[in-house]
Amino acid sequence: MATLEIKDLHVSVNTDEGPKEILKGVDLTIKAGETHAIMGPNGSGKSTLSYAIAGHPKYQVTSGTITLDGEDVLAMSVDERARAGLFLAMQYPVEVPGVSMSNFLRTAATAVRGEAPKLRTWVKEVKAAMGELDIDPAFAERSVNEGFSGGEKKRHEILQLALLQPKIAILDETDSGLDVDALRVVSEGVNRFQASGEHGVLLITHYTRILRHITPDFVHVFAAGKIVESGGKELADQLEAEGYVKYAGIQEAATTS
Amino acid sequence: MGTSLSAAPISQSRSEGGARVPEASRADWFSSYDVNAFEVPTGREEIWRFTPMKRLAGLHEGAEATGAATVEVDAPGEFTVETVARGDKRLGEAGKPADRVAAQAFSSFAEATILTAAKEQRASAPTTVKVTGPGEGKLAYGHLQIRAELYAEAVVVIDHRGSGVYADNVEFVLAEGSKLTVVSIQDWADDAVHVSAQHARIGKDAVLKHTVVTLGGDLVRVSPTAYFAERGGEVDLTGLYFADAGQHFEHRTFVDHAQPNCTSNVTYKGALQGEGAHTVWIGDVLIRVAAEGTQTYELNRNLLLTDGARADSVPNLEIETGEIAGAGHASATGRFDDEQLFYLQARGIPEDQARRLVVRGFFHELLMKITVPEVRERLEAAIEAELEAVGV
Repeated sequence: MATLEIKDLHVSVNTDEGPKEILKGVDLTIKAGETHAIMGPNGSGKSTLSYAIAGHPKYQVTSGTITLDGEDVLAMSVDERARAGLFLAMQYPVEVPGVSMSNFLRTAATAVRGEAPKLRTWVKEVKAAMGELDIDPAFAERSVNEGFSGGEKKRHEILQLALLQPKIAILDETDSGLDVDALRVVSEGVNRFQASGEHGVLLITHYTRILRHITPDFVHVFAAGKIVESGGKELADQLEAEGYVKYAGIQEAATTS
Repeated sequence: MGTSLSAAPISQSRSEGGARVPEASRADWFSSYDVNAFEVPTGREEIWRFTPMKRLAGLHEGAEATGAATVEVDAPGEFTVETVARGDKRLGEAGKPADRVAAQAFSSFAEATILTAAKEQRASAPTTVKVTGPGEGKLAYGHLQIRAELYAEAVVVIDHRGSGVYADNVEFVLAEGSKLTVVSIQDWADDAVHVSAQHARIGKDAVLKHTVVTLGGDLVRVSPTAYFAERGGEVDLTGLYFADAGQHFEHRTFVDHAQPNCTSNVTYKGALQGEGAHTVWIGDVLIRVAAEGTQTYELNRNLLLTDGARADSVPNLEIETGEIAGAGHASATGRFDDEQLFYLQARGIPEDQARRLVVRGFFHELLMKITVPEVRERLEAAIEAELEAVGV
């Protein structure tokens, strides 16, 4: 059973004024079948956590560990992490001009599965997955994310999730910028992925609205670079009612220190 | 951290963002068929300042021919192919040499090849003109003219290969309503020096699609000029180049909007890799007083794949009338986009493969414009080989 284990993770980002510590000791364990939500105010370091797990070169892990089923994730390159079973649905998916979506999906599936999918079944598989996410088949021939609306980009992130079937999926503000219909379609995609009970999901979000479609088993409040409170779904309800006011003190103390 | 996602720093790159008015208007440029009308350039002149003059093998200072290039033509029945002597009155019709090397070539070639696409006929197959250099250590001058008669339609591939030093003028004479598609490939051996002035005279409502592909040679300098002689013409100048260590590839496009209601598009894209790889793109567009209703856009993009390469990019847009439909330009030079690589790698695609995807994507739109499948496949293979060589 897949387990992602993060222990005492400290991460810095390079700025003009030198390295700045963003994550200050994150502890989190995600197991297959579990859905975790990380919620927190803007600037609390939620996205940094997702990028650090995926291995973005801008973020430097200064101490702590990340393991996937006991394997040292930090020793892996970005692509090795993906092939090991980690997936990051990005908040701002990147445009790659001149590379068609279909070519990209097939190249990624080949890399992750370790062999090229059989063409006949692959075409069917992609078609079906696109259909479930209400994606027009014409997108397959367009350049990756180029000229896509925000909602179209997010649908395609979930399309990749469905095709690549990672062990652990991190969804970085996948709900941001989505209208009601797109939010429903995207959430259903995540629920289908989660239904088998074989995958773990980490939802990173600022708002509670996606949690009306996806039910988390655990909710963590993130402030000033670490998890400051953990609980069940009721914690999200509390946040919806009260906002992050309670945690503002921690956040401010951190930024002024 | 175990990441292998890192892009090589750029040692030098320069991109002159804004179009600027050159010291002398392009309209006032001197041109002549006679080499002696030009002074021997020193390399400090505006039009020579990017060119390594020492590597020109004397083309700019009166070098005499010591060999000859071989020209082989494979044309369908709709074409007339002639080899003509100097003095044929058709030669020079598309334009006058505007620099000393072009004038030297015009003053020095021994014989010229003229291809004529018959009027009101669509050529049944692409024509290939294979130009093989004079051989290592040899120098040659050449002249080629391609004529499209009234409403003729044709595709011509000019394929430059081999060794040696070669300077030539290539002319395209487009009669009213004709459509000519040209691909000029410079796939020379490592020692080759090639200076080519390509002149197009665009008749009424005629359409020229001109693509330059430069992949090999020590120094290649191609100057395509399109002159609208009558109204309603359309010109598409496309370029694709891939420079390796030590190579100098220079492309100087000039679109002369002398007539109303003409359209031009210039799109040049290059990739560079290795120490001393140097590319130059100069994009001149002149919209004369008479050229009302002009629509023009020019774009140059360069992708620096490794350290030590340099790309110069200079768009010049001169506008003498306000009554135009549109005029614009863009120029950008950069290295790999780290975010693109991260995105592809985050989907499990290994770094080398991700880089190749990005480079292929960069050239994709230009490759799609090449309508001759054999040429397109050859270029795709050549780009793959270039990427393979540097381990990108």
